[in-house]
Amino acid sequence: MSELLVVENLQKHFPVTRGLILQKEVGAVKAVDGVSFSVAAGETLGVVGESGCGKSTMARCVARLLEPTGGRIIFDGRDITHLDRTQMRAVRRDMMMVFQDPYASLNARKRVGSIVGEPLEVHGIGTEAERKRRVQELLKIVGLNPEHYNRFPHEFSGGQRQRIGIARALVVNPKLIICDEPVSALDVSVQAQILNLLKDLQRDFGLTYIFIAHDLNVVRHISERVMVMYLGKAVEVGTKHELYAEPKHPYTGALLSAVPIADPSLGRVRKQIVLGGDVPSPLNPPAACRFHPRCPRFVDGKCNVDEPLLTPAPGAVDHRFACHFPLERWPMSEEEIRRAPAFAGAD
Amino acid sequence: MTHFLIRRIFWAIFLFLVATIITYLIFFVIPADPAALAAGKAPTPQDVARVRHLMHLDLPIYQQYWLFLWNLIRHGSLGHSFVNRQSVRYLVGEDAPVTASLVFGGAVFWLSLSIPVGILSALRPRSLLDRIAMLFVLVGISAHPVWIGLILSYVFGYKLGITPIAGYCNFFPGTPGAQCSGPIQWAYHLILPWITFMVLFAALYVRLIRANVMETMSEDYVRTARAKGAGERRVMVQHVLRNSMLPVVTILGMDIGLALGGAIFTETVFNLPGLGNNLVSAANADDLPLVVGIVVFATLAVIVFNFLVDVAYAFLDPRIRLS
Amino acid sequence: MALLEVKDLRTSFRTDDGVVKAVSGVDFALERGQTLGVVGESGSGKSVTFLTLMGLVDPRHAMVSGSVLFDGEEILGAKTSRLREIRGARIGMIFQDPMTSLNPVKRIGWQLEEAVLLHNDVTRSEARKRAVEILKQVEIPRADQRIDDYPHQFSGGMRQRVMIAMALINNPEILIADEPTTALDVTTQAQILRLMKRLQDEFQMAIVMITHDLGVVAELADDVLVMYGGRVVEQASVDDLFAKPEMPYTWGLLGSLPRLNLIAARLEQIPGQPPSLLHPPSGCAFHPRCEFVMDVCRQELPELRPALGDETHRFRCHLDDEARARIWDAKRAKLVTEDVAA
Repeated sequence: MSELLVVENLQKHFPVTRGLILQKEVGAVKAVDGVSFSVAAGETLGVVGESGCGKSTMARCVARLLEPTGGRIIFDGRDITHLDRTQMRAVRRDMMMVFQDPYASLNARKRVGSIVGEPLEVHGIGTEAERKRRVQELLKIVGLNPEHYNRFPHEFSGGQRQRIGIARALVVNPKLIICDEPVSALDVSVQAQILNLLKDLQRDFGLTYIFIAHDLNVVRHISERVMVMYLGKAVEVGTKHELYAEPKHPYTGALLSAVPIADPSLGRVRKQIVLGGDVPSPLNPPAACRFHPRCPRFVDGKCNVDEPLLTPAPGAVDHRFACHFPLERWPMSEEEIRRAPAFAGAD
Repeated sequence: MTHFLIRRIFWAIFLFLVATIITYLIFFVIPADPAALAAGKAPTPQDVARVRHLMHLDLPIYQQYWLFLWNLIRHGSLGHSFVNRQSVRYLVGEDAPVTASLVFGGAVFWLSLSIPVGILSALRPRSLLDRIAMLFVLVGISAHPVWIGLILSYVFGYKLGITPIAGYCNFFPGTPGAQCSGPIQWAYHLILPWITFMVLFAALYVRLIRANVMETMSEDYVRTARAKGAGERRVMVQHVLRNSMLPVVTILGMDIGLALGGAIFTETVFNLPGLGNNLVSAANADDLPLVVGIVVFATLAVIVFNFLVDVAYAFLDPRIRLS
Repeated sequence: MALLEVKDLRTSFRTDDGVVKAVSGVDFALERGQTLGVVGESGSGKSVTFLTLMGLVDPRHAMVSGSVLFDGEEILGAKTSRLREIRGARIGMIFQDPMTSLNPVKRIGWQLEEAVLLHNDVTRSEARKRAVEILKQVEIPRADQRIDDYPHQFSGGMRQRVMIAMALINNPEILIADEPTTALDVTTQAQILRLMKRLQDEFQMAIVMITHDLGVVAELADDVLVMYGGRVVEQASVDDLFAKPEMPYTWGLLGSLPRLNLIAARLEQIPGQPPSLLHPPSGCAFHPRCEFVMDVCRQELPELRPALGDETHRFRCHLDDEARARIWDAKRAKLVTEDVAA
């Protein structure tokens, strides 16, 4: 499979200024600080991380809704990092986004037909009649009644509104859809509907997804490959089987063990790793390995001095991690994790 | 926070300069010739030329402005009135207390009315009190101060004779040359003006306070306070009021600053010799230095009060104070 | 005698659009030291049930009926002064969003002291001492300094700890936690849940954990109430609920969860959306979405009845025992369990 999207060393820094009259840049919020990954055509890359990890910012940079401050984005073989607005417009037909809040991402004053049809209008596709037909077709595809073409968003439930958002993204036949937490704001029983819908659409239309979420269960269900982000960096990337069964980075391990298991017998016996402290602010990230202040296997003199780089896991097909002292096996309990072995990860 | 304050001070100075420049320039755009006006009755062209030179009107604009600014900063002087040759600063100094009496007194009145009414309306929405209050709000915002003033003046002053119809009394007793003086007379003559002036503001503030209190009462931390076992009175005083009154403080500062520039309508109806009234008559008489002087004062008042409001807000809201 | 006994609790709200039936007959009991999980989605009535119990619903708009016995005393409809004595002292409550649940212009020390002074006749400095102590118990570092900070100076997880501290400062017998970790990151959630478990042992109190997250319930609860459309539709011990759920909504709920320990190519989905409480469905509230709906379901509300051979496990469904057992066995066979016992 060819790579539909290749991101190299993406950076997004928001400057912080100080000064009485003239604003001087004294620092930067490094929301995304050198993230590289690729997505093959037809696959789903799940992106997980907690608040401040930069996953949403990264998504917006890829779609160029925010301007990256560094790095390259190569979409469908073409470097789109510095394209101007007119050139970018053509690209946007192939790269659409679905957002988190079904209540905020639809213009409450516009009718549903107009909302879903807007991308067609923007790109000048079809006549008015053709557009209407296409919109109705799409409403049906996402499980809504095409006769609701003239209704307003507030007449729909949260799950239905999210379907409208998906229809809007799909109407121009994109290659890539970036989904930014699309089910987080939905009720559990409705989440499953939307997840199933997304999977069906992927199969039927050959779509590629970047699926951002904080819920590891959801990400595992829908993705083929997963990337874990922490404080602006990618700390582990791999196929979901390898990453979930044999996580290498202690943060991934902590994330996996933090997720409550919907099975009381399992939940009781499992070994849980609970991290101390809070997620630090991206304004002043820790030196070298950003995770080191909270890491149960922190080794002074190494983890706070040398920044670990993404290195392939030995023997794995597609699994990279950025840690000097990766986990030897999984599962591990908190005490087991603290005993970092003497070997260095990859330097 | 010091950074914040210093920056506000710089802005205040900058704004003052811009406002005065614009005002100053305006009187070069209007079709009146200051020199001709100042030269007295039936001046000859030579008189006008001489006056023009004396008034430095033959200098380029920026130099004139600079002289004006220099005069202002160095000597605190705003020039002299064309009409009666008196120092503008003196005249403004005479007018300002009148306007201040009206505005501050009015503010006390409107707050005393709007705070309780606003809070009670918020606590009992859709009750009779609330509906009456909203009616009052509607009338207060729609009715023009001149109309209100005339009606009050007619009914209470003329027909019923309870209050004076117009005029101002100096606060300090025994002022030479004044028809009436002393605190009682002062207040007595200001009752109707106060009521006229405050109606609009009271209406606006009732609406504002009611909305703020209602919104604050539905905040999560109010629910937390109740969950702790706090009684309604405690919840109101300790949790609701402080937070809902914060915006009122800022708006109050701005409104007072603005009103000090001249509560024109009220002053005109009741013939109070304040800044507004005198601004109107000065403009009619083409008395440019006086117009400029009053505008300068008004600008200063607005800027100062806005600055005080910023400081007060930073002080009252720990989220700003400690960032 | 149970610590808390709720019988036929009903709460309706008068709104401009009509009457919203938020809670339509809820019964349950809570024992001392027990952890009760209350699971439901939007419109299930799970939050309103406990807000009603605490007397925190607006009496001007809410119509409340039923009985709530707290330690033998009827508190539903009790005098406000009596309720105020109980709230914050014998029953503590924490809410979902710690950002907005604390007064932004008061120091947290002041807010904690308030909780103490409302219920105890002590001096301010004694209240302060207690406040520092409880902050240490909820693992706030440098408690004696941070007590003078404002809420905005804390992170989300820390703020929730402060909320927990405030609810526990008077040693209550029950802690009601309404979605306490929903707004937090998953690693922070793990910290808070662990903290709550520890505090439960220390304070010997009962916990009511209201959540939509079945994983949280599985980890924390001894018993579970599943609520839907303002009613309890299933109640059981936590093991029984996950091993042998007895009615279609619970099946759907469990089946629709993407789980780390199960492989499902396609998630079980429940069609439709949660019911409107303004115009609730007739009969069984779940019938418009139920795969196995029968005529009787549309007309009659099923009673809460015990499962075969287990008095403590009760549910509402018109399907007979044989049909339900068959259906559940079929569903279970479709899932493949991976042994990921972490």
